[in-house]
Amino acid sequence: MRAGRLAFLAGAVRGLLRPAPPTGAARAEEHSDPREYDATPHPRAELAVAALLALGGLLCLAFAVLLVAHPNTQLLGAALAAGLACVGAALGLASKRVVPQEVHVEEREPVPPEVDAALAAEARAGGEGISRRRVLAGAAGLAGCGLLGALAVPITALGPNLDGAPDRTPWRRGRHLVDPDGERLRAADIQIGSFHNVLPEGDARALEELGAPVVLVRVAPDSLDLPPERRTWAPQGILAFSQICTHAGCAVTLFRYPASEATSKPPALVCPCHYSTFDVRRAAKPVFGPAVRALPQLPLAVDADGFLVADGPLSGSVGPSWLDVRQSEGGR
Amino acid sequence: MRRRLRAPALVLAAVCGGLALWSAAAGGQQPPPARPGADPALAERGRALYARSCLICHGADLRGVRGRGPSLIGTGAAAVDFYVSTGRMPLSDPTAEPERADPEYPRRDIDALVTYVGSFGGPPIPRVDAAAGDVARGKASFTENCAGCHQVMGRGGIVVGAQVPAIGDVRAVQIGEAVRTGPYLMPVFDERRLPAAEVNDIAAYARFTANPDDRGGWGIGNLGPVPEGLVTWLLAAVALLGIVRLLGERAR
Repeated sequence: MRAGRLAFLAGAVRGLLRPAPPTGAARAEEHSDPREYDATPHPRAELAVAALLALGGLLCLAFAVLLVAHPNTQLLGAALAAGLACVGAALGLASKRVVPQEVHVEEREPVPPEVDAALAAEARAGGEGISRRRVLAGAAGLAGCGLLGALAVPITALGPNLDGAPDRTPWRRGRHLVDPDGERLRAADIQIGSFHNVLPEGDARALEELGAPVVLVRVAPDSLDLPPERRTWAPQGILAFSQICTHAGCAVTLFRYPASEATSKPPALVCPCHYSTFDVRRAAKPVFGPAVRALPQLPLAVDADGFLVADGPLSGSVGPSWLDVRQSEGGR
Repeated sequence: MRRRLRAPALVLAAVCGGLALWSAAAGGQQPPPARPGADPALAERGRALYARSCLICHGADLRGVRGRGPSLIGTGAAAVDFYVSTGRMPLSDPTAEPERADPEYPRRDIDALVTYVGSFGGPPIPRVDAAAGDVARGKASFTENCAGCHQVMGRGGIVVGAQVPAIGDVRAVQIGEAVRTGPYLMPVFDERRLPAAEVNDIAAYARFTANPDDRGGWGIGNLGPVPEGLVTWLLAAVALLGIVRLLGERAR
């Protein structure tokens, strides 16, 4: 039943698209005459175009009704798509079968020689009557340069205007580390292999400042391989680094910590944007990916109550590496 | 030709002989009895299983073997249950990445191993109740903590040095175990970062991702808007070009 109907539909479509057999005497000299005019009426095609247009209109109307009455995205999409498809098919069919098809070559009227000569003389005279050709050329050049300048100068605005932000940091000796909820972090609560997003305590603008967000990780203390001047920066194996990647300024939010380092990979912070990988035990030295500068490190200490505090500012400029960024000592 | 093969064959024979001797020696080693407090019968069964399948990489004293397997002292019941019940352990090649598979042992044997290794200290199997979690809160927490690697619909993917598993059909307790112990390259999410209630939420959301409420149509694996856009453009653009070509043909 269903298959039969489909076959009928397919046959009808084929019938519509197949051109009607040529009729009349004009068809016989089709190939010899470049002019072609086919105004044979196609009643079937006209009817089909009308039906398609009507159906398309109804479907688009159905979209409007559905939007108000039963806003189901699937039905809405189907109604609009089918409506547009019907209108498109109607237009396509009309252009092929309903509108008369004509190829017509129009010969140009021959131009008498005296008119031709007069036109040529007039065209030649068009260039005369300008006395300050060079002044105009110079002015045009000036206009061109001005335009180019107007286009070129704004490009400089694409560069960084960080206004010293990479070197500004709210971290000072004695400032407590807090989680995003503002609660202080106790060193004993940080498990080996875990990582935490950390902000400076009491800094209302912490989330807008480049130098504020820090990522805190803990590794086995005896596995640390920090430069000598940073030996005291990681109490109990707890390390903190700027969270802003030194490649393109994304937030470094991934930490990999191996269950068995001998058979997998060493612990590292990873930036999710381009997979820059920083070896935390060697002071966030980049070991993979596009970053070339170590993440600035925040020296840490534990206060008398067991809470984590900063033991100084960040070790270097925060954020992507521009030409004039100060290199941190641990960087490459 | 034959001459050239002789040296490698000799080396191979020596290696095989050495391995045979070494495994015979290792087979003679006995792991220590479970620490007190564990069910003795179950722990003894676990000890026998350990000696058969785990000892060769994790060592006769459970302190690991350099280059093959880490120490299990203090690893805890959660890690053992996660690795064995998800089929990641035992591993045929110690340097291979453990991947999810059908578990090698029946539940009772897994319980025995968990009891035996768990008696040497470490975090217990966490209690996770997906039914008590909230899917919406779970999505927020998952997006913040997990989606960076596991993808927002939990479909997994690849990070530097590891494949990331899909989590839609993982049991809630296994999700909790992974969160607390950090298997393979996954970091540990401690109680400070993810309280137990939040783990319940994440488990609820993870269960939701297995059968998300699709609005219909072609989900494209729920991989997100980028592949959806690509598919739309590639398919629709090709179809439109075909139609343009048809329309542009002169009527004959």
